[in-house]
Amino acid sequence: MTAQTSTPVTAFPDDEPVAPSREPRRFRPTRATAGLVLIVVWGLAPFYWMIVTAFRDVGFTFDTTPWPTHVTLDNFRTAFSTERGNHFGQALLNSVIIGVATTAIAMLVGVFAAYALARLQFRGKYLVLGFILGASMFPGVALVSPLFQLFSSIGWLNGWNYQALIIPDISFALPLTVYTLTAFFAEMPWELEESARVDGCTPGQAFRKVMLPLAAPGLFTTAILAFISSWNEFLLAAQFSTAKTQPVTVAIAYFSGQQAHQEPYTAVMAAGTIVTVPLIVMVLVFQRAIVSGLTAGSVKG
Amino acid sequence: MTSMVVGTVPDTGPRPGRGEGGGPGGRQGRTAAWLIAPTVLLLGVVIVYPLVKAVVMSFQKDSGLDPATGMFVEGGGAGLANYRHWLLQECSQPGGGTIDCPPGNLGSQFYDALWVTLFFTVVTVVVEVVLGLWFATIMNRTFRGRGLVRAAILVPWAIPTAVTAKLWFFIFAYDGIANRLLGVVGIHPLLWTGDAWPARFAVVIADVWKTTPFMALLILAGLQIIGTDIYEAAAIDGASRRQIFTRITLPMIKVPLMVAVLFRTLDVLRIYDLPAILTQGGGGSGHATTTLSILVINQIRSGFNNASALSTIVFLLIALAAFLFVRFGGADVVQRPPRPPSDRAAGRWWSPRRAPGGDREPARPEEAVTS
Repeated sequence: MTAQTSTPVTAFPDDEPVAPSREPRRFRPTRATAGLVLIVVWGLAPFYWMIVTAFRDVGFTFDTTPWPTHVTLDNFRTAFSTERGNHFGQALLNSVIIGVATTAIAMLVGVFAAYALARLQFRGKYLVLGFILGASMFPGVALVSPLFQLFSSIGWLNGWNYQALIIPDISFALPLTVYTLTAFFAEMPWELEESARVDGCTPGQAFRKVMLPLAAPGLFTTAILAFISSWNEFLLAAQFSTAKTQPVTVAIAYFSGQQAHQEPYTAVMAAGTIVTVPLIVMVLVFQRAIVSGLTAGSVKG
Repeated sequence: MTSMVVGTVPDTGPRPGRGEGGGPGGRQGRTAAWLIAPTVLLLGVVIVYPLVKAVVMSFQKDSGLDPATGMFVEGGGAGLANYRHWLLQECSQPGGGTIDCPPGNLGSQFYDALWVTLFFTVVTVVVEVVLGLWFATIMNRTFRGRGLVRAAILVPWAIPTAVTAKLWFFIFAYDGIANRLLGVVGIHPLLWTGDAWPARFAVVIADVWKTTPFMALLILAGLQIIGTDIYEAAAIDGASRRQIFTRITLPMIKVPLMVAVLFRTLDVLRIYDLPAILTQGGGGSGHATTTLSILVINQIRSGFNNASALSTIVFLLIALAAFLFVRFGGADVVQRPPRPPSDRAAGRWWSPRRAPGGDREPARPEEAVTS
């Protein structure tokens, strides 16, 4: 490398390019493999430790054997047990309700805006985009005190008021949806719609039979991203949920053990495993689509 | 004949194909307005209304018992008192007038919270950029096992932050695996969630673990649009690997990198979940990991209006950071995402990519001579 920099440019390039390109190429396989192993360990090791602990007997919480030992399902039973005031099963259901409702609203409303932003020319387009992007960077904490006052005055902070959780979630799910869908729509081959109409389709048919199947992956990926963002939300849920509407993130954060001030590590790891595994499965199945959705808009691709 | 022509002309105006037909304000403009209205209205309800209400509240006095003085305070206009409370550390006094906020008052924690939030932001974003670049470079070179690596890197991203916090709380427990591993290399166990600096670094480590994948994926997407021919040309010109990195790779991924840095910076400036669950904002003398967002939530219990002033300060801080990034940092977020091929913005986005590849290239050998 240093030899390269000090070499005058006037030298003939004959033997020059050979040295820098061949040298790294020979070492590449092993170095690249080491790098890959590092990335895989980075991503999976803590997650693996959570699962191993989730299946480990509570008496061996701090056992450091790297593979599963003292395997038991007790922790999962403890996680779902309602004896100590935890309602993990209900919380799972709540998270599904809140996530599905948030995703449905964000998609139903956002798909129209995204279509307009991606396909139509109109004045104020970048203003709208700027507003939506600004909204996506909006700090959730700025919503808490005004909404807390509002929700408590209209009695939404007790009982089964899921809307007190769904409405604030729209604040981040909708900008995310519009942003991601706009990027997807901008990449779509819309000429096909015109071709279909030339071939005798009605506008409705052209949309349903040609464009909708093409848009399906983008719509689906966006819905997954919106659902995950709502499923993972904690700050707003911790303020606006009640004992009944509490979602899983809040339930796990405040999971109480047998004794006060003693963390029920293994049960919490079991609960964490249950909350995470559906997401991991989704990620594994749709990884390509999710990566394209995550990076949509950040680069041309 | 003529009737046919007359009949078809208005129809071809707003052609469904490209979207260039109707000029701004034309039929497309009206269609767009109808399509966008629901989103804008809904965001108005869930974001703009609370934001405006928070600003209004921030100029109101909190009624009720003043936690600092134990006296009953009437509501009503407060002027800038709530902002002075946070920024100038002024607390109201029983007899009227103001004093410096005593320790223990949440107001006195403002600058600590501000610094620790900025500390988290700078440290995590810098570490994530370095690691993200490294990971992205490795993944970009890989062809076998790419699916496995991508899946593995998505795992930390997919785990809910609340679960991440609990997972690292377990890893950082006194008898936990982190201290055991430190013991192997002869380091005494740390009170990870108890002492000030270990607690801060516990938050940093957990955050870096969780969000480096996001950074790496965005950078990787940027790397993948660089053609191999540019690297080959650079190699032929005798550029060193460092030169290739600093003079080709970095300039070419500048925009996606800056967008990723912008997103992450704004994310950490509002960080709540991780320190709130992992360390409960504690550590050291009691609030070593209390970020601005945690301080807002703590304040809500003793007064909405004062909390609104603080949350407005947080909002302004984040808006300022976003403005600085977009204005001076080259995080070109608004122009790029919706990029219909016909758009002028497209040209804008492509041009900086051409510059280092095409125009700058001949300049590189000169650099080689000078260095």
